[in-house]
Order: sequence, then structure tokens, then C-alpha cells
Amino acid sequence: MIKDREPLIFELSEEGKSGFSIPELDIEEKNYIPEELLREELKGLPEVSEVEIVRHYTALAHYNYSVDEGFYPLGSCTMKYNPKINEKTAGMEGFLLSHPYSPYELVQGNLKLIRTLENILSELTGFPFFTLYPSAGAHGELAGMLMIRKKLELRGNPRKIVLIPDSAHGTNPASSHFAGYDVKEIPSGEEGYLKVETVKEYLNEDVAALMMTNPNTLGVYEREIKEIAEALHENGSYLYMDGANFNALMGYVKPAELGVDVLHLNLHKTFSTPHGGGGPGAGPVGVAKEFEEVLPVPVIKEIDGKYVPDFNRPNSIGKIRSFYGNFGVLIKALTYLLEMGAEGLKKATEFAVLNANYIRENLKDTYELPYKTRTLHEVVFSEDSFKKYGVKTVDIAKRLLDYGIHPPTVYFPLIVHGALMIEPTETESKKTLDTFIETMKKIHKEAENNPELLKEAPHFTPVRRLNEVLAAKKPKLKYKEEEE
Amino acid sequence: MRYFPNSENSIKAMLESVGVKSIEELFSSIPRSNLTKDKVGYGKPLSEPEIIEFFKNLESENKVKEYKLFLGGGSYFHHIPEVVNYLSMKGEFVTPYTPYQPEVSQGTLQATFEYQTMISDLTGMEFSNASLYDGATAAAEGLLLAWRITRKNKFLIARSLHPEYISTIKTYIKNLNIEFDFIDYDESGKISKEDFDKKFNEEIGGVLIQSPNFFGIIEDYKWIKDKIGESKTLLISVIAEALSLGILKPPSEFGSDVAVGEAQSFGLYPYFGGPTLGFITTSNKKFLWEMPGRIVGETVDAEGKRGFVLTLSTREQHIRRERATSNICSNQAWCVIRAAIFLSVYGKKGLRELAKQNLIKANYAKERIKEIGIKIRFDGPTFNEFVIETENAEEAYRKLLDKKIVAGIPLKWFYPEDEKGLLLTFTEVNKKTEIDELVKALEEIK
Amino acid sequence: MSNLYFTKQHEYVKVEGDTAYCGISNFAQEELGEVIKVILPEVGKQIKKGEEVCYVESPKESAKVYAPVSGEIIEVNSKLDDEPELINNDPYGDGWIFKVKISSPDEIKELMDEDAYNKFIEG
Repeated sequence: MIKDREPLIFELSEEGKSGFSIPELDIEEKNYIPEELLREELKGLPEVSEVEIVRHYTALAHYNYSVDEGFYPLGSCTMKYNPKINEKTAGMEGFLLSHPYSPYELVQGNLKLIRTLENILSELTGFPFFTLYPSAGAHGELAGMLMIRKKLELRGNPRKIVLIPDSAHGTNPASSHFAGYDVKEIPSGEEGYLKVETVKEYLNEDVAALMMTNPNTLGVYEREIKEIAEALHENGSYLYMDGANFNALMGYVKPAELGVDVLHLNLHKTFSTPHGGGGPGAGPVGVAKEFEEVLPVPVIKEIDGKYVPDFNRPNSIGKIRSFYGNFGVLIKALTYLLEMGAEGLKKATEFAVLNANYIRENLKDTYELPYKTRTLHEVVFSEDSFKKYGVKTVDIAKRLLDYGIHPPTVYFPLIVHGALMIEPTETESKKTLDTFIETMKKIHKEAENNPELLKEAPHFTPVRRLNEVLAAKKPKLKYKEEEE
Repeated sequence: MRYFPNSENSIKAMLESVGVKSIEELFSSIPRSNLTKDKVGYGKPLSEPEIIEFFKNLESENKVKEYKLFLGGGSYFHHIPEVVNYLSMKGEFVTPYTPYQPEVSQGTLQATFEYQTMISDLTGMEFSNASLYDGATAAAEGLLLAWRITRKNKFLIARSLHPEYISTIKTYIKNLNIEFDFIDYDESGKISKEDFDKKFNEEIGGVLIQSPNFFGIIEDYKWIKDKIGESKTLLISVIAEALSLGILKPPSEFGSDVAVGEAQSFGLYPYFGGPTLGFITTSNKKFLWEMPGRIVGETVDAEGKRGFVLTLSTREQHIRRERATSNICSNQAWCVIRAAIFLSVYGKKGLRELAKQNLIKANYAKERIKEIGIKIRFDGPTFNEFVIETENAEEAYRKLLDKKIVAGIPLKWFYPEDEKGLLLTFTEVNKKTEIDELVKALEEIK
Repeated sequence: MSNLYFTKQHEYVKVEGDTAYCGISNFAQEELGEVIKVILPEVGKQIKKGEEVCYVESPKESAKVYAPVSGEIIEVNSKLDDEPELINNDPYGDGWIFKVKISSPDEIKELMDEDAYNKFIEG
């Protein structure tokens, strides 16, 4: 089928069309407020009928690749299947229509739901306290680092520096910076994991904390984490763990038992809530006992069988955002947790690790594996096997699109040249993985025999490669009628 | 387990291929001392009917359906057209990741570009980003934007800004060597000119004003821009009820440099406060490189066809790391799609009609309440909410609750010394009969 | 003999008496790709050899520019604000980034001349 590209909704607009349906006003109109406070006609909004809206956004939907459509092996993003029952429970009217400023006795269901989820996350990670309000992983990091800072302040000195391995997500240094810290990058070492000896070299009285992702972005388990935690604690510093990759640890490791002080999880990664094209997510933070006093407000308490939010907490870091976070996302995560049960989660971790190792084993003779250390839930290859053909990582990624497969994360972690970071998750079948492996091998052959084919890829997508330089140099961020 | 697609045979074949005897062997890189000895157990896996039952039970503990609600304060009930639910629930919108591969993400990208157009036209601004978490963090990010641009660390914030936004700003700026002072409101509920004059000077990096403010009062604040004059201070408008933009003068007409806020009213349910939709827009091209979060821009593909990409990306954490303009990564992308559909449905005429109905219903209620001798705290003009004064707000609130009415928000919840104020909200979903019922109930408990 | 000297991180200095124009090498701009943004340093800033001074950005990368020599920044190329592509088109001419009043002329000797640099990037 040959179809023209879908226009912008504004280009479908014509005066007099409409798509809305609301009752007539049941009150007599009056000029209640001064004329000069009113605006003129709304010029930016379109005038379109409902059928056009449905066709338009359906056409746009077709331009998107999604987990519902196929394999989505983005490393460190944990693009697992998003169960449909999650949408059912999260879509119940009693939740949708409950207002955040309802009297507490009318929203006991919501408050209980929050406590239930906190308890299950505590059970999974070993942390006695959780806050569920951060709206994304990075937001959780900020909340976590603010709690660390507050705790240090209460001890007398907030300190100055946060240590972060060079393999970390960019959010780690950015979040530390907004918590008022200077960032010191430390090398993660040749074997792909951080040595306690390295950490010790950087420790001094200014070090507030170390932020560590475990397993790290190479998919390697940080095997000296316990010793690192001890060294930090001896120095009066804290250990923050980025739990973006917790999908590799469920049922095997409880971070609190390793000496981790603060941890964030990503409900939109590990606990199956959909990414929605980039959000909303949720980044709950678990903390050790001593951090209870600095948790963001409100903390939900159970008093005589009633749930009550407690705002009166003098040492709290305060509010991290409005209301109770992305509550709808919490419902979906709880649904998943109840469906899986503890045993199901452990199996999820096992199959995620098996799938990743299966890909590693079957591609390691074709693509270059820069770190030979055993990996868990993801595997990272470098550009070294195809660079000689004049082909870049981005070309491999774009060619995958032609085969109807979403590419892995590319050019990350930064410590691997031209990285291809693959995380299959547990919800993919052997058959899907085999197709991916064969396709990757085929593309490697194409790189050798016909590199131009890759450099011009993708060939079969709704649009071809897009001009990012033009977009950045002449930013056009909105539609303007007069230009058309 | 229905989410695991591998048969036992496949698993066996995969284990063989990897060269291990058991799955546990794959975890050999984890030191034994790190493995938990504690069995993780919070209950057996539940089946689908059991899960539905569990959540129905929880849902039924929320008693909101039996009550008449006059609630707002930053989260509003508006009619969401069914087509918003239908379209936004498509798996192609719900289940993709951030559009890092634009060739297979044109749906999300184009819808976001449409949203950016609509929100910047509604605020009267030129440039919008692709969303922030909520109005509170958007207010904080707006302040930080001004801080980066002006390099000044003193700010003025209207005391009538949403109290949760104020708390969030405090949390965000605490460790960044930024200070702020409040500007009081006067008897009409508007920003006090006198207090502004007392506190404003050229050292101020930005002034944050909310309109309609937390007490529902519509500010007329062109004078602020005039007083700022040639100094570098930025004027930042905060909007907690985005629907007000359907009928009220937009921030651009008050000379705002930045407009931030909460767009939950555009297609999102109150949902106990989230997901929400934070927005940030600016009128100045020079500020673009200091904006937080993702931005979608138009460009062309290799064949010259129009297409959309994430742009100005180096601002962000995955590239500039600790030098990034914000730490935000995941935003509220799916809520943006809902907002775009919602605004397409209502369009030019519908959004104004919706806004008008809010304004008229709330002002009708205000008039009726005044008629029965209850004091309206401020005499400034209002959009869809306002503050009434009772002898004892908590007591009145409780009595009305017994009559199955939630009479807004006792201001004591935010301002402990405020014993009398109740913030009442009226939107198009409150029928006239409901409003009359509230007025009658208020009269009965007087 | 050219008056260009290079660092291992691919910055260059073009020495003119006790001042020097600084920028990134032709090799560096090719590796980086099309430049869309240059974050310039402040005039008057004292810089020490080897420290981060400013940033040159392509759509997906923010490359750090380190001080090739110590001294005071006496001028920056504000043309780059509107025409960042000058770095691609003419790295050693109109694409200079900042001008330094050199405080330790001996540091120049530690840098590579053009021949040595060309060997360095090939090797």
C-alpha cells in the first residue's frame, strides 16, 4: 500500500469543523470578569471532526514500533512485555476518579495500595522504607542523593564529592550535580567491574557517596560491592545503588544486605509498566533504617487500621513533586508483582539472564566482545569487528530497522567503542532470539560485502535517516501556518 | 507463567548452547556471600480473576463515587472524550520506548510536535519542550532555567503560588545556593504591588507568579514586566489549571519570558495526583539551549520528506552528564499524546466553550454563596475556584462530608494558621443542581 | 615552518608572539562531525594547561576542549554562536575558538608540531 505521509493535525483543520460533545451550559451567561482579562480567539488549536482525529492518530500509531509489535532489545531499558491486565486494574474508575485532596477516609484504597507496594518492594530488596513518589529513575536518583546529603548534614557535614564509575548512566552525574555535589569519575577497570582498591584510592573526607549501578551497564555483576560498601562506611560515606538493572537480581540478591544505603528501582523497567514512548515512569527509592527521618513527605502511616499521610516530619527533604507521584504507574507495578509472586520474579530474572547469555554465546564469534567477564541480563559488543569495513555502529542499528527489529542501545556505555548494548529480557522466546541472532549475522556479512547498503539504511521505514544537524541548527519546534 | 514464552525444550536447548548445566550456573559471577539467604516471599502468584478481585476490593475502599466533589487545587475533573482513551490506549503509543530511533518513532514524535505547537500557542510562547513530570517540578525547572540564564541566585515567588509547588521548589534549590523571598498578596488576593516594590531589585534573577493563583484569583500582572524594565530579571508565569488558558489572557500578553505549569486538565484523570503533565515554554530563542528535558523538532529525511527528531540533545544528561541543564530523562510522554488528542477534539471552539463553562459555573456558585451571607475571602476575579470563609472550616467541611459533599480543600491543610478558608472548585462536570445543593447545604450548616 | 602545535587531545595552538589562537584540529572536527553548538569560555578567565575550557558539540556529542597552554583568555570567537560550522569549514582559520595570552611559553615545547601530530594520528 502506498500512502502519503500523514499531515499534521493542523493541516486537516477547517473552520467550522468540530470533534467535541459537551452539554449546553445550564446557567445563564453573564460577564463575571473584566473583558480585559479575556484572550482573543485561540489561534493554535485545530478544528477537526472526530473521524479525522481517529484516522490521524491511528496513522501516527502505525509509524511507531513498540513492544507489542516485536523484539525491543534496548540495553539497560528492560523492554519487557507490558501485561494487559495492568491496564485493566489501573483503569478502574475508583482510582481514576479519586482526587489527591480527597479526605483520607475516602481514599483508603489508594493509601493502602501505596503501603502494599512499599512492603513488597521492601521484601524484594531488604530495605525497611520506600518512597514511591519519584516519577522516573532520574527523579529517584535526585531524591536519593538529596536524602544522602540531608543525612550527612544532620551528621554535621554534607561533604562535597560523589564518586561515579565511568560506565554510569548520565543521569547519575546530573542528579548528583543538582543535589549540590561535584562529581568525580572513577575508572571501572579492565575486567569490567569496580575494584575496592580503586575506590579506596579516591576516598577522603570530602566523599559523600559512591553511586554504582549493579549489575553495571556492561551487564557485569559488581562482585566487590560488599567490600566497597564497607570501605565507604568506614570513611563515613554512603553507597547509592542505581537499580536500573534490578531485573538481573530478583530473588538472588537483596541490595540492603550488601551494605547499600539507598537504592532506586524503575517500575517501568523491572516491573513491567509500559514506557509510553518515554514516560510516565516511576522511580521508587528504598533506604536503610537510618534514613527514615529524611524520607520525602508525606509518609503513609497505618494508625488503628486507618492509613494517614504524615506531613509533619521536620528532617524530611520535603516534597519531591506534587501529590503522590505517578500513582497510576504504581497500580500497574503492583498488579505485575501480584501476578508474578516472588517465585515468578525469580524465574523472570533467571530467564532474562539465560536469554542474554544465549545471545552472547551465539554472537560472540561474529561481533567483538570487549569484556570477557561473565554477564547477567545484558551483553555489550563493540564496533571492532565491522569498523574495518567503514561501517559504524549506527549503520548496524539502522539496518536492523529494515529487518523489522528495534536496534539495541548504541554508543553506550561510553567506555566501549561504538557499543551495541543488548538486553533481551525474559519475555522473548528462543525463536525471537534466533531470528535476531541470524539477522545480526546477516547484517555483519552485509557490512563486509556491501557496506553502502548499511550506510544508507534504513530503506523500508516510514521515513529515511533524518537530518539531525538541520533540526538542531534551525530549531523548528512548532507548526506555523504562514510558512506552509 | 503466561509471560514466559519458552518451552522446557527450548530452555534446555538454550542452556546447552550456552554451555551450562543449570540456570543457577549463569549466576556464578555473584559471590556466594552476596546471595540472599532470606527467601523472598510475599505471597503466591495470583491468577487474573484473583487480581481483578484484589483491585476491585481496593477500589471499593475509595468512596469517591458516592460524593459530590468540589475539588481542584491543581488537579481537576474535566470531561475526557472517549476517543482520547480509545486512541491513547493503542499499544503503539503505550509500549514503545523514548523515540531514540526516529525512523520507527514518527508517531510519538509527530504527536509530541503537535502537542508542543498547541501548548506554546495556548501560552502564547514560541518554544515548548516535550514535557516535565508535573506542575511542581516544572515550576522548579522554570526557576532553574532563569538561574542559568541570568546567573543570579535571588528570586521572588508569589506567596499565592501552589503550596506544593513552593515545597518542591524548596527541595530542588536547597543545595544550589539559591535564595528566594515571598511577595505577599493584598486584600483582593492579587500580588501586592507594595510588597513587590519593597522586595524587587536588579539582583533578582526571576519572579514567579501563578495565575489563576492558588486561591483562584486571576492576576493582571503586566505592571510587573514594566517594573522589571531593562533589568535582566525573567518573568515566569505558573499555570496550575491549564484549562484557564482557553479563555484567559495568556502569559505572553503579560510579557512573560517563561511559562510553566500543569496540563493534567488536558486529558488526564485526577488519578490521586498522577500521572500528571508538566510543561515549560519560552518566548526567547536564546533560552532554548538552556531548556530542560527533551525537545522534538522538525527536519527532513534523506529524501527530503518532513520528519521529526529529538533535538538539541546535547543539553541532556546522557550527553553533557553533570553539565546537563536538568537530570530529567523519562518524562510524561504518553500524557503528551493524550493532551494532543484532547486538544484536537475540543479544538479552537470547544476549548473556549469548556473554559467558559468553568468560569460561569464557578462564578455563579460564588454569587449564590455570597447571597446566603457567606464571605468570599478575596474580591479579585476568579476562574473556576475561590476561597470562602466559615467560622471553622474543618467543622463545616466535616458537616458537609456527612451530607456526602466534599467541600473543596480546607486551607488549614497547607497554612496551619488558616482556620476559616475553604478552597472550592467548580468545573463543567458540576451540574447546576449540584451547585444549588451545595449552596443549600452550606446554608443549613451555617 | 608552520606555527601550529597540537596536543594529544587534538587541540591546536597557533602561536603569534606571546598570544595564541586555540581550537580543535582538522582531525578532531572530522571525528566529531558537523558542529551544531560551541559553548565558549569567558574572556578574562585564567586557564591552566590540560584543564577543561569549553565544549564543541555535534548532534550527539559534547566534546571537551582542554587548554593546550596556560594563560589568560583575552578573546573568544563569538562568530561561532551563529556559525558553529566554521569549525568544520576552517578549523585553523575562522574556526578558532579562543585566544590566549600565553603565561608559560615553555609549554609550547611540550606540544607536537604538525609533522609529529600527523604521525600521532596515523599511528
